[in-house]
Amino acid sequence: MRRNYLLYLFLVLPVAYFFIFKYVPMYGVTIAFKDYNMFLGIWKSPWNNFATFKEIFSMKEFFRAVKNTFFLNTLDLVAGFPAPIILAIILSELRNQTYKRISQTILYLPHFLSWIVIGSLTIQLFSAQSGLVNTLIEKLGFEPIPFLTEKTPWIITYTLSGVWQSAGWNAIIYLAAIAGINPELYEAATVDGAGRLRRIWHITLPCIKTTIIILLILNVGRIAQIGFDRPYAMGNYLVTDVSDVISTFVYRVGLRSGRFSTATAVGFFQSVVGMVFLITANYIAEKLGEQGIW
Amino acid sequence: MDSGIKSRIFDMILNVIVFFSVLVCLIPMLYVASVSLSSNSAILSRRVYIWPVELTFDSYRVVFADKTMIRSLLFTVVLTLVFTAMSMMMTILMAYPLSKKGLKGRNFFLLMVVITMYFSGGMIPDYILIKNLGLLNKVGALIFPGLISAFNMIVLKTFFSNLPESLEESALIDGANYLTILVRIVLPLSLPVLATLSLFYAVGRWNYFMDSLLYITDSKLYPIQLKLYQIVYNNMQPEISAIEGSIASNLLPESLKAASVMFCTIPILLVYPWLQKHFVQGIMIGSIKG
Repeated sequence: MRRNYLLYLFLVLPVAYFFIFKYVPMYGVTIAFKDYNMFLGIWKSPWNNFATFKEIFSMKEFFRAVKNTFFLNTLDLVAGFPAPIILAIILSELRNQTYKRISQTILYLPHFLSWIVIGSLTIQLFSAQSGLVNTLIEKLGFEPIPFLTEKTPWIITYTLSGVWQSAGWNAIIYLAAIAGINPELYEAATVDGAGRLRRIWHITLPCIKTTIIILLILNVGRIAQIGFDRPYAMGNYLVTDVSDVISTFVYRVGLRSGRFSTATAVGFFQSVVGMVFLITANYIAEKLGEQGIW
Repeated sequence: MDSGIKSRIFDMILNVIVFFSVLVCLIPMLYVASVSLSSNSAILSRRVYIWPVELTFDSYRVVFADKTMIRSLLFTVVLTLVFTAMSMMMTILMAYPLSKKGLKGRNFFLLMVVITMYFSGGMIPDYILIKNLGLLNKVGALIFPGLISAFNMIVLKTFFSNLPESLEESALIDGANYLTILVRIVLPLSLPVLATLSLFYAVGRWNYFMDSLLYITDSKLYPIQLKLYQIVYNNMQPEISAIEGSIASNLLPESLKAASVMFCTIPILLVYPWLQKHFVQGIMIGSIKG
């Protein structure tokens, strides 16, 4: 027992880190309930009786940001969730192992690019005046499509950028699940005369069903949360109506306009809603993981 | 296995789909690389597809002549190395004690970490903290806030607790302390997972943009992502001497931006093929934990 003091000594710095950089900001959330005054500090700023929350719930832009967050995340889920499953099944059916390995290496690559790089690539590729995509569209005799500057095309571009960035990488987990399937199942099915599509449908898919469902639940759990880099790098002022999400809204209101209390209240609202989703989803996923599914 | 004609057609379709997907991954980068290497007239007349037309290196001459660009790159390399080393040290220091099931207070510390995975102060409280700590426009603002990833810590803790206990017990009986055991026995057995987690930290740091946008206004401390953002989104001009300036003034902004994108991406492309294997291992370790 006496020797354990070293273990506690190890913990000093990490615990200090969590206290300062994670728990102090949690205390800082109280400015959502105060009229924050920089010179008084967080502690001495006066409580304001939920005035901040009354304010944000009367802001049209706040509801727009909430709506956009849910809408873009839902699209991400609809387009981005099936893509890696399909990709993994296709990759696992490839016979030429070298071809498979090289393809995988290239398909994972976009995951390692920053959103600023991906945003820059998107601008260059999709711009109406000089982008490759519109050059091709015009060559084929069609009108150029304003991918970045009009709402609906922008939403599609945003959604596809997510698929492009993560489909390959997210396929890894399904590839592992498929690799874990007992090969005797396939052999038995072959003997019974099942073709390859039938084997995918009757063996591969049922065998990875648990993985699919658990990941789906976990992804739904993150539907209220959104990072900053991606919407900020993809958005522009012409499409703010559909591209402004909670994180970019918080940045604009808080750091650009200096309304710290308001922005913190918006962030707090998101944290709470996000936490409810996340805890529920993790709880369900854990329960299913323990019991196996059906 | 069946080798009927149907199966062969099936194989062909699969190969075509995969080939198409690979192309979709590569074309954006090939296109931007081509724009960066093509002449003005080729770009203006929209003759550039996925290979350079009328090859020229002018845009790269300008980018490499821009000292601020090189400085950002070097700064980001050093920042990434320092951040990764410090993160790994902190992560190990926390994961190792918490992997000991008998440690008193272990559940308390774990709860303290897990809570942060569900709830956080958010952008503004973080900003106020950094400001109050006097870290605005300091390198520390880009290092300290992200030092320990709760997820990485738990992955490492799980890995440590799955190591055979007998190894450590005999060392303890021989009178070794936990520091010796950690350094001499545990870490050498964990090299693959340590490599993977280091890479996660390093790539995360290299690509992360938001913190520099929030905390850094001094252009000497621009990480490469923020620098690229200023060039592509805010049309920041390169800081160069008169000679290159005359080249630059003849260049299209497109090709200069394209060269800047390549400048920021090539370092990743260079190390990526060698590191990819470790990442794939890493995602598996994470998923076993669930």
